[in-house]
Amino acid sequence: MAIISLPDGHRTWRRFTPRAQILRWFGYLIGVAVFVWCWNRISEATTWFFVWDAPRIAGDILTRATPPRWSYMEKLWWPIWDTINIATLGTIAALVMAVPVAFMAARNTTPQISVSPVVIRMIPPFLRPVLMTSTGQDSYTIGPIRPIALLIIVSTRSINSLIWALLLIAIIGPGVFAGIVAIAIRSIGFCAKLLYEAIEEIDHGQVEAVTATGGSRWQVMAYGIVPQIMPAFAGIAVFRWDINIRESTVLGLVGAGGIGLQLSSSLNVLAWPQVSLILLVILLAVVISEWVSAKVRGAII
Amino acid sequence: MMAAGGDLDLLIGTRWKKPPFIRRAWLRWLLILGTGAYLVAAVASVEVNWARVYEGLERGAAFVAAFGDPDFTSRWQDIRDGMLESVIMTIASTVAGILISIPIGLGAARNIAPLPVYLVCRGIIAISRALQEIIVAILLVAIFGFGPLAGFLTLSFATIGFLSKLLAEDIESMDRVQAEAIRATGASWLQWVNYGVQPQVMPRLVGLSMYRLDINFRESAILGLVGAGGIGATLNTAFDRYEFDTAAAILILIIGTVMALEYISGIIRAKVQ
Repeated sequence: MAIISLPDGHRTWRRFTPRAQILRWFGYLIGVAVFVWCWNRISEATTWFFVWDAPRIAGDILTRATPPRWSYMEKLWWPIWDTINIATLGTIAALVMAVPVAFMAARNTTPQISVSPVVIRMIPPFLRPVLMTSTGQDSYTIGPIRPIALLIIVSTRSINSLIWALLLIAIIGPGVFAGIVAIAIRSIGFCAKLLYEAIEEIDHGQVEAVTATGGSRWQVMAYGIVPQIMPAFAGIAVFRWDINIRESTVLGLVGAGGIGLQLSSSLNVLAWPQVSLILLVILLAVVISEWVSAKVRGAII
Repeated sequence: MMAAGGDLDLLIGTRWKKPPFIRRAWLRWLLILGTGAYLVAAVASVEVNWARVYEGLERGAAFVAAFGDPDFTSRWQDIRDGMLESVIMTIASTVAGILISIPIGLGAARNIAPLPVYLVCRGIIAISRALQEIIVAILLVAIFGFGPLAGFLTLSFATIGFLSKLLAEDIESMDRVQAEAIRATGASWLQWVNYGVQPQVMPRLVGLSMYRLDINFRESAILGLVGAGGIGATLNTAFDRYEFDTAAAILILIIGTVMALEYISGIIRAKVQ
């Protein structure tokens, strides 16, 4: 914020100093240039003839897709059951694997060793926030397992469940089982990340109280830490289940079971009335799962 | 956890028991039995071809080994083009998505927008959030043809639902006093938004935009599966040919880019907040 003297002698208020303003405009200029370049590349790779034809095509698809073929519904009940199972069993498997990862990733529960400042100085600066778990006046602790846990979290999170499904189909063959494993692996990172953040935010007094009674390491965990993170855990589980219902509806596109298989085969034969029915079912499933998850989370918190 | 005053006398002398997570006994047992019954039914209905899985373990081991020795070179041309296309789609769609979601976010905040505008904007957000990226991509590929334009439109559309909703929620929970102060100076509506609202929500908007850039990149990796451009097509081909070393190279590039984006966005978010 700055007061600027105008040429006519008046003083006025501006939000930015002239220098800051020029820098901002320069930043905007670079941003616009990058965007225009990206847009040009997209435009080069596009067949514009098809794009100008798009409204006609869209109208054509819409007339073909309505009304949905309701009688196809009887072939959808079993895939819907499969879809729900993929999401639910996948979420349960993910939670089982996410809990140990979360405990290894949380700064206050990961196994740690005390080291001297000399060792700290040898760690590259960008690795310090990953490795160091606490800093005192002259005592430092590092968690050697923490980077591994964080790597598991980031690598499972950054790869979409469809890609996991592709990979698992190549390994264990198409079917519901590949879908469950894909959903499970993909969800580990998400659940573990939220859970370890919850563990790091616990009230330390309760942990200390259980320790003071002479509780062992496992007793401290069971009575000092677990009750505190239980509501967060339940919330995360339901939240991820909701997301997994969404994701499992499309897993079938690559052959991993569920209603997406029907979507894929209907698209392949251009059976638009079936496609529109399946899309309606998916939409309904998403809305219901979101409603259930909101209700349950509301009841917990 | 705590018993009421009257119950305390009863509790003295008895052994402490860990209080159950769900207090109502009938609800707890209903949930346990229901969950058990469902799990049995669900697991029973999943057909697993264990012979096929066992056969696959070898391929799985080959894939894990491929991570130790990824092959960047033999399909480098395809990988480079695919990654570049993914990055271009990500940047363009994030910028377009942010530009469109700001007015929609303003319209979807109940304390700023009149009711008709609010309902329309909330409707747009609900549609965008209910449809998954991949389904939107399938429809847009059918309409606009193969290529990155369909991917760009898909990601922009998904960005609108995500950013507008969070932006609207942030505006709804802003500090009214600051906005009131600007209005008291006789500011026009545009000045009011620019000086009273925008500074309050800007840090969060920047953080969310960076987060969405990250999500868009991850999503752009799968859009290629349905022909909407990006690295997904290359990855799909690599899996189809069982070229696990090339697939591992692509996955390493994706993970590396996501990690770099998260690192950068962490720095930027720390700066603006």
